[in-house]
Amino acid sequence: MTFFSHLRKAAIATAFVLGATAVHAEEQYFPLQSYRVGPYAAGGTGFFGGFIDYLNLINIRDGGVNGVKLAWSEGETQYEVEKGVEVYERLKSNPGIAAWNPLSVGIAYAMIDRITDDKVPLITINHGRTDTTDGRVFPYVFPLLLNPYSETSGIVNYIASKEGGLDKLKGKNIVVLYHGSPYGKETIPIYELLSQKYGFELSQIEVPHPGNEQQAQWLTIRREHPDYVVLRGWGVMNPVALKTAQKTGFPADHIIGNVWSNSEEDVIPAGDAAKGYTAITTQASGERYPVVQEIVKTVYGDGKGNLEDKSRIGSVYHNLGIVNGILNVEAVRIAQAKFGNRTLTGDEVRWGFEHLKLNPARVEALGAKDLFHSINVSWDNHEGDGYVTFQQWDGKKWNVVSDWIAPDWKLLRPIIEKSSEAYAKEKGIKIRTAEDADAVVSN
Amino acid sequence: MSYYDFLFVIEVLVGGLLSGVMYSLVAIGFVLIYKTSGVLNFAQGSMVLFAALTFVSLVERGIPFALSLLITFAVMVALGFTIERTVLRPLVNRSPMTLFMATLGLSYIIEGAAQLIWGTQVHGLDLGIDDTPFEVGGILISSFDLLAAAIAAAMVAGLSAFFYWTRIGLAFRAVADDQFAALAVGLRLPRIWGTVWTAAGFVALVAGLLWGARLGVQFSLSLIVLKALPVLVLGGFDSILGAIVGGLIIGASEKLAEVYLGPFVGGGIEGWFAYALALVVLLVRPSGLFGQKTVERV
Repeated sequence: MTFFSHLRKAAIATAFVLGATAVHAEEQYFPLQSYRVGPYAAGGTGFFGGFIDYLNLINIRDGGVNGVKLAWSEGETQYEVEKGVEVYERLKSNPGIAAWNPLSVGIAYAMIDRITDDKVPLITINHGRTDTTDGRVFPYVFPLLLNPYSETSGIVNYIASKEGGLDKLKGKNIVVLYHGSPYGKETIPIYELLSQKYGFELSQIEVPHPGNEQQAQWLTIRREHPDYVVLRGWGVMNPVALKTAQKTGFPADHIIGNVWSNSEEDVIPAGDAAKGYTAITTQASGERYPVVQEIVKTVYGDGKGNLEDKSRIGSVYHNLGIVNGILNVEAVRIAQAKFGNRTLTGDEVRWGFEHLKLNPARVEALGAKDLFHSINVSWDNHEGDGYVTFQQWDGKKWNVVSDWIAPDWKLLRPIIEKSSEAYAKEKGIKIRTAEDADAVVSN
Repeated sequence: MSYYDFLFVIEVLVGGLLSGVMYSLVAIGFVLIYKTSGVLNFAQGSMVLFAALTFVSLVERGIPFALSLLITFAVMVALGFTIERTVLRPLVNRSPMTLFMATLGLSYIIEGAAQLIWGTQVHGLDLGIDDTPFEVGGILISSFDLLAAAIAAAMVAGLSAFFYWTRIGLAFRAVADDQFAALAVGLRLPRIWGTVWTAAGFVALVAGLLWGARLGVQFSLSLIVLKALPVLVLGGFDSILGAIVGGLIIGASEKLAEVYLGPFVGGGIEGWFAYALALVVLLVRPSGLFGQKTVERV
């Protein structure tokens, strides 16, 4: 992106903010706490670009959702929590807010109490705190498709599939290299649990933030001779891990990345060291999916595409944004079927999310067959049993190398409930029932 | 201790020393400016980012490697003189804290400008240096790190020669010793500071290329200052030799600490261990191992 294209974009954004954020009747509004500058801008531009591209597709192609136009505006957070909260305070007074989608664990944590008071959904697709999966305690938070515990289970199940079954994990040696942050540490007990259950040896090694130096960790890994290394990284930690693995002689095709170590931005800086590296994902990358092709034809063809660099269309973050767009729009559509084709309240959209059931046939009808598998959200399960797949980097692009894999939800649910119930007790929250969930605030 | 364990210690030590050289590369940029102007240039990390981002963006636009290098150097020279003219000169005779705060602000401006001009995408940087390890007596050594160490050594030798055997180098030293005396004998401080910032820009370019090839060229590149700060505290803010020795000590000790002490305290200690070590040195030798002791008449 050049200086002048930035200026052009800023001018368009300003005009938009001035002109389009005043939501008129029959408009549903998405406030976007985006991050287009700062250390995580590459992910932010991809994700929010994909999200906006899909909203644009619905507006251009369908005239909105059942005639209700979709509107949005952006506030820059630079991925910083205080700025995210500031943007929240600034945008929350806009009418017709459907849902918040910050794509930031820190900002999401800071918003939980606020959005609960406001009765507006907070979507943390593929991230967020795991126990928000329990809709009995967190009525407005939705870690759609994948929470960190399910990710852990999905990765272990994938390694098992490579070894010939879960029983073959016994005696294997797995190292988890995790980012030294609450995000990185969140899965420590689940890896321990799965290690005990399946009998594999486990070492968990921390990399201090930001992770731009990992010589000591990888020499330790080399000494342990593990069968697999799981990379639970973030930002610069990921390419450095791959480069240092090469430097210490560990094969890239035995490194499995988590969902925040799975983008082009994680592997391109590592160059050849990333060839063969495999990572989990909830949505495949590439442009071959009908919905992505429609976005290219309709949105970019109309000059309204959000990505400046068109070569990023179909990238991991862009496709995640598109899938996030699908889930948000379908939740609105489902809520409209119950409450009417009009601008909905946040609580009505919450109800829509709690009935967001897209089976593979519906996903195909939406043009997203093989882009993602399905989702089955309920009032008490806010993750929605998302399936995962694995992609391998060939030096130029990601290639899917597995079927859709189901995490072990039954194993994880009691642990999630234990945590959420402890949270409810600490905060004095009444555990919701199905009847509570059906009571909706409509004004 | 078995032979294998002994080899492992050596491997960690060698890896740490080579990492330390990379820290020194950044620290030298700080030293150059501090030595001649007494300014702790917090913007050095941003200059590293700016240099690397400019270079890689030019290469990606099809400009040949050597020409990109030349253009980037020219940009860094222009940046150095601009900083001297617009930031430092108006702040002459201000307190060190004011100057430090100015460079802190400068750091954010350079980071923002880098992203505004070249965009926010992450770039890979291939310098054509093979990074597969080779084995010496059972110890794996990174060829990239070894070459980086050689480049750092060459740069230190070049800078030392420049300081000791050229007229401008002599002027640098005179300014470093006593700015008022240097002014009194007719040295033109603004020109010298401009040249020093240019030299720091050159160091930033070299560090940017090597660190960029290691991490990828991305915003986080500016965070490498965090690795240079304990090196400076330990080695001394005004000593190039101190930056080298400090880098080696910090690199080796943090790796050994991470491997051997880390497991007892939950791991992930190298981020703060370097600072703890620097703090201990600060308590014993406030000007660092090689820094000039400040004597003031009161």
